[in-house]
Amino acid sequence: MTEGRALPTPTPETDHYWKGAREGKLLLQRCKSCAKAYFPPRPFCPTCGSRDVTVVQASGRASLYSYAIQHRAIPGFNPPYAIAVVTLEEGPRMMTNIVECAQTPEALQLDMPLEAVFERMSETVSLPVFRPAGGRT
Amino acid sequence: MTRRAQVAVVGAAESSRIGILPEISQIQLHADAALNAIADAGLRISDIDGIASTGDSPEVVADYLGIKPVWADGTSVGGCSFMVHLRHAVAALESGLCSTVLLTHGQSGRSMIGRTRPSHRSDSLNGQFEEPYGAAGPPSLLSIPVLRYMKTYGLTEEQLAMVVVVQREWAALNPRALLKDPITVEQVLGAKMISYPLRLPQCCVVTDGGGALVLVKADRAEDHRQRPVYVLGAGEGYGSPMLSQMEDFTTSRAFRTAGAAAFSQSGITTEAVDHLMLYDAFAHLPVFALGDLGFVKRGEAGAFISDRNTAIGGRLPMNTTGGGLSYTHTGMYGMFAMLECVRQLRGTASAQVPDVKISLAHGIGGMFSASGTAIFSSVRSWS
Repeated sequence: MTEGRALPTPTPETDHYWKGAREGKLLLQRCKSCAKAYFPPRPFCPTCGSRDVTVVQASGRASLYSYAIQHRAIPGFNPPYAIAVVTLEEGPRMMTNIVECAQTPEALQLDMPLEAVFERMSETVSLPVFRPAGGRT
Repeated sequence: MTRRAQVAVVGAAESSRIGILPEISQIQLHADAALNAIADAGLRISDIDGIASTGDSPEVVADYLGIKPVWADGTSVGGCSFMVHLRHAVAALESGLCSTVLLTHGQSGRSMIGRTRPSHRSDSLNGQFEEPYGAAGPPSLLSIPVLRYMKTYGLTEEQLAMVVVVQREWAALNPRALLKDPITVEQVLGAKMISYPLRLPQCCVVTDGGGALVLVKADRAEDHRQRPVYVLGAGEGYGSPMLSQMEDFTTSRAFRTAGAAAFSQSGITTEAVDHLMLYDAFAHLPVFALGDLGFVKRGEAGAFISDRNTAIGGRLPMNTTGGGLSYTHTGMYGMFAMLECVRQLRGTASAQVPDVKISLAHGIGGMFSASGTAIFSSVRSWS
């Protein structure tokens, strides 16, 4: 499944995020000036420009904002698979895949609640992905 | 208030052939189109002192053509770069930085002969936070907002299929279109799925080709061979280069910004536009653009197209070449949209719309990360 899949190479500004993912934590950053949580990682707030920011652990709860189901062959994937964008409980959005769920329009309902899980891809990379959040609403 | 255009298009041409051209390299596609456009203007290469291009940098294209520019713009923001180049060229001409500007496009998007291609490194933001999830180019990414738009506004799959049906009717009138055979809603919906909810006919064709424009100050425009086409206004706008970070999947900030700037500069409203070319790499892009530019209320574009308002004989003829979906799409299509505006205003289009006085071209770059809008007119002064 993961053979040939594009994997991230961390930079100094994103390394904490990928370290967190290896430990099963979804890490965001929050601005201490304007209090907004943001993603992807950078050492300043993209809303107000403040450098006074801190790393926070996200709850992992999210909802399905939108997706498209891919039918072309992409290295590391077995079509059909959905590329999804989810809205995290804290506000930011991120791209992801939805796991433990049929990759069909019937199973993938917009706004459905999701929770983060982590897929180990290599020695150094674990990817945050999301699964349907059981009985949670 | 009466306004007078300050810059005009005096030369406009595509490469001698477009389509599937493995015998021509990308740089030669730039040059072939440029030579055609310079000849169209009745000029010589030595007359050109400003140049803009993307894919191949402007100094590369200039040197290949033997142009010695004093001004260049290599803004590379994807398929709408050409509208952005036009806007920058207008400013350069108005401020006297140069006198005769050539805008070129050449792309071996199909045959990949001498092709330049941007790709994301694995340590870029896209490489870290999008590509590991199977994102692989525009079909996989630009399609993601569609379901949110459908849920928000009730856009139907049939309406989205009608975009293809209507544009194929225009393509049938265009001898240079890659796809000319009629297609039905049922055929679109029954076609091979590419990136649900988009089927193959809802994704653009992939071709090789080029195009070029020559611009001068409007005061000099009458001295050239062709009937001048005046630039009334142009705009550019930007959004996140990461699709996942687009603020709202039902509207593009880049589109709204570019469109508002072009209309503001031109002083006209959507009511005055007789013809338009809305970049259609995928069937939903004109749906977004019609709403974001204000031609219809946001959310009503699907019905507007489905009700044949943009079709032959409709009140707002759109994508009259067949567009990227049926005519041609080299990868960065924006130049072809502007060239059709020029032909319609000159009265030389294959599918000529009667009495076009104002024509608009609107482009997208990247994954809604950039946009450019250009408004052209056959008359210099308007009020």
